[in-house]
Amino acid sequence: MRTVKIVVTGPFSSGKTQFIQTISEIDVVETERRITRPEERIKDETTVAMDFGRITVDEDLVLYLFGTPGQRRFDFMWEVLSEGMLGFVVLLDSVRPETFREARDILGTFRAYAPVPYIVAANKQDLTDAWSPEDLRIALRIPPIVKMVPCVATERRSVKQVLLELLYSILDVMDEET
Amino acid sequence: MALKGNLRDFGIVQLLNLINLARKTGMLRVEQDTKSAQLAFREGKLIHATVNGAGSQLAEALRRSGVITEKQASAIQSRAGERSDRELGLLLVNAGYVSQGDISKSMRSYFLENIYPLFTWSEGSFRFESGAQTDDGVITVPIDLENVIVEGTRRLEQWERLQDELPDLDVSLKFADRPRANLRDINLNVEEWRVISFINPRNTIRQIADYNNMGDFQIRKIVYGLLQAGLVEIVRPESKKPEGLEAARRVPAKRQRPDVKRNVIMRLIDRIREL
Repeated sequence: MRTVKIVVTGPFSSGKTQFIQTISEIDVVETERRITRPEERIKDETTVAMDFGRITVDEDLVLYLFGTPGQRRFDFMWEVLSEGMLGFVVLLDSVRPETFREARDILGTFRAYAPVPYIVAANKQDLTDAWSPEDLRIALRIPPIVKMVPCVATERRSVKQVLLELLYSILDVMDEET
Repeated sequence: MALKGNLRDFGIVQLLNLINLARKTGMLRVEQDTKSAQLAFREGKLIHATVNGAGSQLAEALRRSGVITEKQASAIQSRAGERSDRELGLLLVNAGYVSQGDISKSMRSYFLENIYPLFTWSEGSFRFESGAQTDDGVITVPIDLENVIVEGTRRLEQWERLQDELPDLDVSLKFADRPRANLRDINLNVEEWRVISFINPRNTIRQIADYNNMGDFQIRKIVYGLLQAGLVEIVRPESKKPEGLEAARRVPAKRQRPDVKRNVIMRLIDRIREL
Protein backbone atom coordinates (compact mmCIF):
# COMPACT_ATOMS: atom_id res chain seq x y z
CA MET A 1 0.00 0.00 0.00
CA ARG A 2 1.22 3.47 -0.90
CA THR A 3 1.10 6.15 1.78
CA VAL A 4 1.59 9.86 1.21
CA LYS A 5 1.90 12.64 3.72
CA ILE A 6 0.84 16.24 4.11
CA VAL A 7 2.09 18.28 7.05
CA VAL A 8 -0.07 20.86 8.79
CA THR A 9 2.01 23.41 10.61
CA GLY A 10 1.62 26.83 12.16
CA PRO A 11 2.10 28.70 15.41
CA PHE A 12 0.84 27.64 18.78
CA SER A 13 -2.96 27.54 18.97
CA SER A 14 -3.49 28.21 15.27
CA GLY A 15 -5.90 25.27 14.97
CA LYS A 16 -3.76 22.47 13.56
CA THR A 17 -5.24 19.75 15.75
CA GLN A 18 -8.78 20.89 14.95
CA PHE A 19 -7.96 21.04 11.24
CA ILE A 20 -6.87 17.40 11.20
CA GLN A 21 -9.71 16.25 13.45
CA THR A 22 -12.25 17.80 11.12
CA ILE A 23 -11.15 15.85 8.06
CA SER A 24 -9.58 12.67 9.41
CA GLU A 25 -11.53 9.44 9.06
CA ILE A 26 -10.00 8.09 12.23
CA ASP A 27 -9.92 9.61 15.65
CA VAL A 28 -6.88 11.80 15.55
CA VAL A 29 -3.96 10.37 17.45
CA GLU A 30 -3.27 13.32 19.67
CA THR A 31 -0.28 13.90 21.86
CA GLU A 32 -1.65 16.80 23.84
CA ARG A 33 -0.43 17.84 27.23
CA ARG A 34 -1.63 20.35 29.72
CA ILE A 35 -0.01 23.72 29.26
CA THR A 36 2.36 24.75 31.98
CA ARG A 37 3.65 28.14 30.80
CA PRO A 38 1.46 31.00 32.00
CA GLU A 39 2.01 33.00 28.81
CA GLU A 40 0.67 30.13 26.72
CA ARG A 41 -2.44 29.61 28.78
CA ILE A 42 -4.82 30.62 26.07
CA LYS A 43 -5.92 27.02 25.86
CA ASP A 44 -5.72 24.14 28.30
CA GLU A 45 -3.77 21.64 26.24
CA THR A 46 -1.26 21.73 23.44
CA THR A 47 0.35 19.28 21.04
CA VAL A 48 3.82 18.30 22.17
CA ALA A 49 4.81 15.72 19.56
CA MET A 50 2.37 15.57 16.69
CA ASP A 51 -1.20 14.96 15.62
CA PHE A 52 -1.88 12.22 13.20
CA GLY A 53 -4.91 11.80 10.92
CA ARG A 54 -5.74 9.55 7.99
CA ILE A 55 -7.77 9.68 4.81
CA THR A 56 -8.04 6.38 2.93
CA VAL A 57 -8.23 6.94 -0.81
CA ASP A 58 -8.59 3.31 -1.82
CA GLU A 59 -7.06 0.00 -0.89
CA ASP A 60 -3.77 1.06 -2.46
CA LEU A 61 -3.42 4.63 -1.29
CA VAL A 62 -3.66 6.37 2.08
CA LEU A 63 -3.09 10.04 2.88
CA TYR A 64 -1.69 10.82 6.29
CA LEU A 65 -2.00 14.24 7.84
CA PHE A 66 0.61 15.23 10.39
CA GLY A 67 0.16 18.23 12.64
CA THR A 68 3.30 19.74 14.10
CA PRO A 69 3.65 20.73 17.74
CA GLY A 70 2.61 24.34 18.19
CA GLN A 71 5.03 25.41 20.89
CA ARG A 72 8.47 26.33 19.59
CA ARG A 73 10.28 24.45 22.30
CA PHE A 74 9.19 21.22 20.61
CA ASP A 75 10.31 22.27 17.16
CA PHE A 76 13.02 19.60 17.06
CA MET A 77 10.14 17.39 15.80
CA TRP A 78 9.52 19.48 12.71
CA GLU A 79 12.31 18.18 10.55
CA VAL A 80 11.35 14.61 11.39
CA LEU A 81 7.73 15.25 10.46
CA SER A 82 8.65 17.01 7.22
CA GLU A 83 10.55 14.01 5.86
CA GLY A 84 8.89 12.79 2.65
CA MET A 85 5.96 15.19 2.72
CA LEU A 86 4.03 15.95 -0.49
CA GLY A 87 3.44 19.48 0.62
CA PHE A 88 2.48 21.46 3.68
CA VAL A 89 -0.18 23.80 4.99
CA VAL A 90 0.79 26.74 7.18
CA LEU A 91 -2.18 27.61 9.39
CA LEU A 92 -2.37 31.17 10.64
CA ASP A 93 -4.26 32.28 13.70
CA SER A 94 -6.05 35.21 12.07
CA VAL A 95 -7.03 36.79 15.37
CA ARG A 96 -3.65 36.81 17.08
CA PRO A 97 -1.20 39.16 15.42
CA GLU A 98 1.40 38.34 18.03
CA THR A 99 1.82 34.95 16.31
CA PHE A 100 2.43 36.33 12.82
CA ARG A 101 6.17 36.68 13.17
CA GLU A 102 6.38 33.14 14.41
CA ALA A 103 4.26 31.99 11.47
CA ARG A 104 6.75 33.60 9.11
CA ASP A 105 9.61 31.83 10.86
CA ILE A 106 7.78 28.50 10.66
CA LEU A 107 7.10 29.03 6.98
CA GLY A 108 10.76 29.82 6.31
CA THR A 109 11.89 26.77 8.26
CA PHE A 110 9.62 24.38 6.40
CA ARG A 111 10.57 25.85 3.04
CA ALA A 112 14.17 25.12 3.95
CA TYR A 113 13.38 21.52 4.86
CA ALA A 114 12.08 20.45 1.47
CA PRO A 115 11.31 22.02 -1.93
CA VAL A 116 7.64 21.05 -1.85
CA PRO A 117 4.54 23.10 -2.61
CA TYR A 118 2.73 24.75 0.28
CA ILE A 119 -0.18 27.03 0.94
CA VAL A 120 -1.06 29.41 3.73
CA ALA A 121 -4.49 29.06 5.33
CA ALA A 122 -5.90 31.97 7.34
CA ASN A 123 -7.76 30.11 10.07
CA LYS A 124 -10.48 31.35 12.43
CA GLN A 125 -12.06 33.45 9.70
CA ASP A 126 -15.42 32.95 11.43
CA LEU A 127 -14.31 35.12 14.35
CA THR A 128 -15.14 38.80 14.33
CA ASP A 129 -11.61 39.98 15.01
CA ALA A 130 -10.06 37.90 12.22
CA TRP A 131 -7.66 39.68 9.88
CA SER A 132 -8.63 39.13 6.27
CA PRO A 133 -6.44 36.85 4.12
CA GLU A 134 -5.44 39.89 2.07
CA ASP A 135 -4.29 41.82 5.11
CA LEU A 136 -2.49 38.75 6.37
CA ARG A 137 -0.65 38.38 3.08
CA ILE A 138 0.67 41.91 3.48
CA ALA A 139 1.39 41.56 7.18
CA LEU A 140 3.34 38.35 6.70
CA ARG A 141 4.87 39.41 3.36
CA ILE A 142 3.58 36.26 1.64
CA PRO A 143 4.56 36.45 -2.07
CA PRO A 144 1.65 36.64 -4.54
CA ILE A 145 2.70 33.33 -6.05
CA VAL A 146 1.83 31.54 -2.80
CA LYS A 147 -1.81 30.66 -2.30
CA MET A 148 -3.45 32.22 0.73
CA VAL A 149 -6.87 30.74 1.47
CA PRO A 150 -9.44 31.51 4.17
CA CYS A 151 -10.16 28.70 6.59
CA VAL A 152 -12.42 27.69 9.43
CA ALA A 153 -10.84 24.56 10.82
CA THR A 154 -14.06 23.42 12.50
CA GLU A 155 -15.84 23.19 9.13
CA ARG A 156 -15.16 20.19 6.94
CA ARG A 157 -15.98 22.06 3.74
CA SER A 158 -13.37 24.68 4.54
CA VAL A 159 -10.69 22.14 5.46
CA LYS A 160 -11.42 20.17 2.28
CA GLN A 161 -10.93 23.34 0.26
CA VAL A 162 -7.55 24.02 1.87
CA LEU A 163 -6.34 20.50 1.12
CA LEU A 164 -7.68 20.66 -2.44
CA GLU A 165 -5.91 23.96 -3.04
CA LEU A 166 -2.66 22.41 -1.85
CA LEU A 167 -3.15 19.40 -4.12
CA TYR A 168 -3.90 21.71 -7.06
CA SER A 169 -0.65 23.53 -6.33
CA ILE A 170 1.20 20.21 -6.31
CA LEU A 171 -0.36 19.37 -9.68
CA ASP A 172 0.65 22.78 -11.04
CA VAL A 173 4.25 22.19 -10.00
CA MET A 174 4.21 18.73 -11.59
CA ASP A 175 2.83 20.20 -14.81
CA GLU A 176 5.50 22.90 -14.84
CA GLU A 177 8.21 20.31 -14.43
CA THR A 178 7.05 18.12 -17.33
CA MET B 1 10.97 12.52 32.90
CA ALA B 2 13.15 14.31 30.35
CA LEU B 3 13.22 18.04 29.76
CA LYS B 4 13.67 18.63 26.05
CA GLY B 5 13.83 21.72 23.94
CA ASN B 6 15.98 24.13 22.05
CA LEU B 7 18.33 26.76 23.45
CA ARG B 8 16.69 29.23 21.09
CA ASP B 9 13.57 29.11 23.27
CA PHE B 10 15.10 28.23 26.60
CA GLY B 11 18.71 29.33 26.88
CA ILE B 12 21.58 27.78 28.76
CA VAL B 13 21.34 30.39 31.54
CA GLN B 14 17.66 29.58 32.03
CA LEU B 15 18.43 25.86 32.02
CA LEU B 16 21.23 26.15 34.58
CA ASN B 17 19.07 28.39 36.69
CA LEU B 18 16.27 25.85 36.63
CA ILE B 19 18.63 23.01 37.54
CA ASN B 20 20.10 25.09 40.33
CA LEU B 21 16.82 26.30 41.81
CA ALA B 22 15.11 22.92 41.55
CA ARG B 23 18.26 21.23 42.91
CA LYS B 24 18.04 18.74 40.10
CA THR B 25 20.10 15.58 39.67
CA GLY B 26 20.62 14.26 36.16
CA MET B 27 22.38 14.61 32.84
CA LEU B 28 21.97 17.45 30.37
CA ARG B 29 22.92 16.84 26.76
CA VAL B 30 23.17 19.81 24.42
CA GLU B 31 23.80 19.54 20.70
CA GLN B 32 24.51 22.22 18.13
CA ASP B 33 25.41 21.23 14.58
CA THR B 34 28.40 18.91 15.01
CA LYS B 35 29.13 20.01 18.57
CA SER B 36 27.76 18.44 21.69
CA ALA B 37 28.19 18.71 25.42
CA GLN B 38 27.15 16.52 28.28
CA LEU B 39 26.83 17.96 31.75
CA ALA B 40 26.10 16.06 34.93
CA PHE B 41 24.45 17.56 37.98
CA ARG B 42 23.87 16.39 41.52
CA GLU B 43 21.38 18.23 43.71
CA GLY B 44 21.70 21.38 41.67
CA LYS B 45 25.50 21.40 41.42
CA LEU B 46 27.56 20.78 38.30
CA ILE B 47 29.68 17.69 38.90
CA HIS B 48 31.02 16.80 35.45
CA ALA B 49 31.21 18.28 31.95
CA THR B 50 32.42 16.85 28.67
CA VAL B 51 32.37 18.26 25.16
CA ASN B 52 32.16 16.34 21.90
CA GLY B 53 32.14 12.99 23.66
CA ALA B 54 35.67 13.32 25.05
CA GLY B 55 36.84 10.10 26.69
CA SER B 56 39.49 10.10 29.38
CA GLN B 57 39.93 13.64 30.65
CA LEU B 58 42.25 13.49 33.61
CA ALA B 59 45.58 13.75 31.75
CA GLU B 60 44.32 16.62 29.60
CA ALA B 61 42.92 18.43 32.64
CA LEU B 62 46.22 18.09 34.52
CA ARG B 63 48.12 19.28 31.45
CA ARG B 64 45.89 22.31 30.94
CA SER B 65 46.38 23.28 34.57
CA GLY B 66 50.15 23.02 34.19
CA VAL B 67 50.43 20.24 36.78
CA ILE B 68 52.06 17.97 34.21
CA THR B 69 53.76 18.64 30.89
CA GLU B 70 52.40 17.78 27.48
CA LYS B 71 54.87 14.92 27.22
CA GLN B 72 53.81 13.54 30.58
CA ALA B 73 50.18 13.84 29.58
CA SER B 74 50.83 11.84 26.40
CA ALA B 75 52.69 9.21 28.37
CA ILE B 76 49.87 8.90 30.89
CA GLN B 77 47.27 8.64 28.17
CA SER B 78 49.17 5.99 26.26
CA ARG B 79 49.67 3.90 29.37
CA ALA B 80 46.20 4.39 30.80
CA GLY B 81 44.74 1.54 28.76
CA GLU B 82 41.21 0.71 29.87
CA ARG B 83 41.60 2.42 33.22
CA SER B 84 38.95 4.93 34.16
CA ASP B 85 39.89 8.47 35.19
CA ARG B 86 39.13 7.58 38.78
CA GLU B 87 41.48 4.57 38.72
CA LEU B 88 44.12 6.57 36.90
CA GLY B 89 43.83 9.37 39.45
CA LEU B 90 44.32 6.94 42.32
CA LEU B 91 47.40 5.50 40.66
CA LEU B 92 48.91 8.94 40.12
CA VAL B 93 48.19 10.03 43.69
CA ASN B 94 49.52 6.77 45.17
CA ALA B 95 52.65 7.07 43.05
CA GLY B 96 53.14 10.59 44.36
CA TYR B 97 53.03 12.29 40.96
CA VAL B 98 50.11 14.51 41.83
CA SER B 99 48.03 15.29 44.88
CA GLN B 100 44.31 14.80 45.30
CA GLY B 101 44.07 18.59 45.44
CA ASP B 102 45.79 18.88 42.06
CA ILE B 103 43.24 16.54 40.55
CA SER B 104 40.23 18.30 42.08
CA LYS B 105 41.49 21.72 41.05
CA SER B 106 42.40 20.61 37.53
CA MET B 107 39.12 18.81 36.92
CA ARG B 108 37.19 21.78 38.27
CA SER B 109 38.90 24.16 35.83
CA TYR B 110 38.49 21.64 33.05
CA PHE B 111 34.74 21.32 33.64
CA LEU B 112 34.36 25.09 33.82
CA GLU B 113 36.25 25.58 30.55
CA ASN B 114 33.91 23.03 28.99
CA ILE B 115 30.74 24.70 30.20
CA TYR B 116 31.52 28.37 29.51
CA PRO B 117 31.49 28.07 25.71
CA LEU B 118 27.89 26.82 25.98
CA PHE B 119 26.85 30.31 27.00
CA THR B 120 27.53 31.44 23.44
CA TRP B 121 25.22 28.80 21.94
CA SER B 122 22.11 30.66 20.97
CA GLU B 123 20.53 27.52 19.65
CA GLY B 124 20.89 23.78 19.83
CA SER B 125 18.76 20.97 21.11
CA PHE B 126 18.92 19.97 24.73
CA ARG B 127 17.64 17.10 26.78
CA PHE B 128 17.82 16.80 30.54
CA GLU B 129 17.38 13.28 31.86
CA SER B 130 16.35 13.59 35.44
CA GLY B 131 18.02 11.14 37.79
CA ALA B 132 20.62 9.95 35.25
CA GLN B 133 24.09 9.47 36.72
CA THR B 134 27.65 9.59 35.41
CA ASP B 135 29.65 6.40 34.97
CA ASP B 136 31.31 5.16 38.14
CA GLY B 137 34.78 5.66 36.69
CA VAL B 138 34.61 9.39 36.06
CA ILE B 139 35.93 11.97 38.49
CA THR B 140 33.27 14.35 39.73
CA VAL B 141 33.77 17.70 41.42
CA PRO B 142 30.76 19.58 42.82
CA ILE B 143 30.62 23.17 41.56
CA ASP B 144 28.02 25.74 42.61
CA LEU B 145 26.00 26.91 39.64
CA GLU B 146 25.45 30.49 40.84
CA ASN B 147 29.08 31.40 40.15
CA VAL B 148 29.05 29.50 36.88
CA ILE B 149 26.04 31.51 35.72
CA VAL B 150 27.59 34.82 36.75
CA GLU B 151 30.96 34.07 35.16
CA GLY B 152 29.36 32.56 32.05
CA THR B 153 27.25 35.64 31.51
CA ARG B 154 30.28 37.89 31.95
CA ARG B 155 32.21 35.83 29.40
CA LEU B 156 29.27 35.97 27.03
CA GLU B 157 29.53 39.75 26.98
CA GLN B 158 33.28 39.51 26.44
CA TRP B 159 32.68 36.85 23.78
CA GLU B 160 30.28 39.10 21.91
CA ARG B 161 32.87 41.87 21.86
CA LEU B 162 35.59 39.47 20.64
CA GLN B 163 33.30 38.11 17.97
CA ASP B 164 32.69 41.62 16.70
CA GLU B 165 36.45 42.24 16.57
CA LEU B 166 37.34 38.88 15.04
CA PRO B 167 34.24 37.49 13.35
CA ASP B 168 35.89 34.93 11.05
CA LEU B 169 38.15 32.12 12.27
CA ASP B 170 38.71 30.77 8.77
CA VAL B 171 41.34 33.35 7.99
CA SER B 172 45.09 32.93 8.50
CA LEU B 173 47.68 34.93 10.37
CA LYS B 174 51.18 36.07 9.52
CA PHE B 175 53.77 37.88 11.52
CA ALA B 176 53.56 41.60 10.99
CA ASP B 177 56.21 42.99 8.64
CA ARG B 178 57.15 45.67 11.08
CA PRO B 179 55.88 44.64 14.46
CA ARG B 180 55.52 47.51 16.84
CA ALA B 181 57.18 45.34 19.44
CA ASN B 182 59.98 42.81 19.39
CA LEU B 183 58.95 39.26 20.27
CA ARG B 184 61.89 38.92 22.65
CA ASP B 185 60.63 41.79 24.74
CA ILE B 186 57.14 40.46 25.08
CA ASN B 187 56.00 38.20 27.86
CA LEU B 188 53.77 35.55 26.40
CA ASN B 189 52.15 32.76 28.35
CA VAL B 190 52.33 29.11 27.33
CA GLU B 191 49.04 29.19 25.46
CA GLU B 192 50.07 32.27 23.50
CA TRP B 193 53.39 30.68 22.56
CA ARG B 194 51.54 27.61 21.35
CA VAL B 195 49.47 29.78 19.05
CA ILE B 196 52.53 31.73 17.90
CA SER B 197 54.28 28.49 16.97
CA PHE B 198 51.55 27.68 14.46
CA ILE B 199 51.32 31.08 12.81
CA ASN B 200 51.69 30.59 9.12
CA PRO B 201 49.57 31.89 6.24
CA ARG B 202 48.66 28.27 5.45
CA ASN B 203 47.07 27.67 8.85
CA THR B 204 43.69 29.19 9.55
CA ILE B 205 42.92 30.42 13.04
CA ARG B 206 40.43 27.60 13.37
CA GLN B 207 43.10 25.03 12.49
CA ILE B 208 45.47 26.53 15.04
CA ALA B 209 42.72 26.23 17.63
CA ASP B 210 42.12 22.61 16.66
CA TYR B 211 45.81 21.70 16.83
CA ASN B 212 45.97 23.17 20.31
CA ASN B 213 42.64 21.87 21.57
CA MET B 214 41.42 25.42 22.16
CA GLY B 215 37.84 26.57 22.10
CA ASP B 216 36.58 29.49 20.00
CA PHE B 217 36.60 31.84 22.98
CA GLN B 218 40.17 31.05 23.97
CA ILE B 219 41.65 31.32 20.47
CA ARG B 220 39.78 34.57 19.78
CA LYS B 221 41.06 36.05 23.00
CA ILE B 222 44.67 35.11 22.25
CA VAL B 223 44.59 36.18 18.60
CA TYR B 224 42.88 39.44 19.49
CA GLY B 225 45.67 40.15 21.97
CA LEU B 226 48.36 39.36 19.39
CA LEU B 227 46.63 41.55 16.82
CA GLN B 228 46.30 44.41 19.28
CA ALA B 229 49.98 44.09 20.15
CA GLY B 230 50.80 44.45 16.46
CA LEU B 231 52.61 41.11 16.37
CA VAL B 232 50.45 39.47 13.75
CA GLU B 233 48.24 40.43 10.86
CA ILE B 234 45.25 38.73 9.31
CA VAL B 235 45.72 37.11 5.90
CA ARG B 236 42.62 36.36 3.88
CA PRO B 237 43.18 33.38 1.58
CA GLU B 238 42.54 34.28 -2.06
CA SER B 239 40.37 31.23 -2.52
CA LYS B 240 38.09 32.42 0.21
CA LYS B 241 34.98 33.80 -1.35
CA PRO B 242 32.64 36.22 0.35
CA GLU B 243 29.77 33.77 0.30
CA GLY B 244 31.74 31.54 2.67
CA LEU B 245 30.31 33.39 5.61
CA GLU B 246 26.81 33.00 4.32
CA ALA B 247 27.34 29.28 3.74
CA ALA B 248 28.48 28.89 7.32
CA ARG B 249 25.00 29.69 8.51
CA ARG B 250 24.14 26.05 8.01
CA VAL B 251 20.79 26.03 6.32
CA PRO B 252 19.39 22.52 6.57
CA ALA B 253 20.16 20.45 3.50
CA LYS B 254 17.22 20.44 1.13
CA ARG B 255 15.58 17.12 0.69
CA GLN B 256 14.18 15.77 -2.47
CA ARG B 257 10.48 15.88 -3.09
CA PRO B 258 8.91 12.40 -2.85
CA ASP B 259 8.56 10.61 -6.13
CA VAL B 260 4.80 10.74 -6.66
CA LYS B 261 3.00 10.36 -9.97
CA ARG B 262 0.33 12.73 -11.20
CA ASN B 263 -2.36 10.09 -10.96
CA VAL B 264 -1.72 9.72 -7.22
CA ILE B 265 -2.50 13.40 -6.75
CA MET B 266 -5.59 13.10 -8.92
CA ARG B 267 -6.84 10.18 -6.79
CA LEU B 268 -6.27 12.24 -3.65
CA ILE B 269 -8.23 15.15 -5.15
CA ASP B 270 -11.13 12.92 -6.11
CA ARG B 271 -11.25 11.36 -2.67
CA ILE B 272 -11.19 14.67 -0.82
CA ARG B 273 -13.90 16.07 -3.04
CA GLU B 274 -16.07 13.11 -2.04
CA LEU B 275 -15.67 13.69 1.69
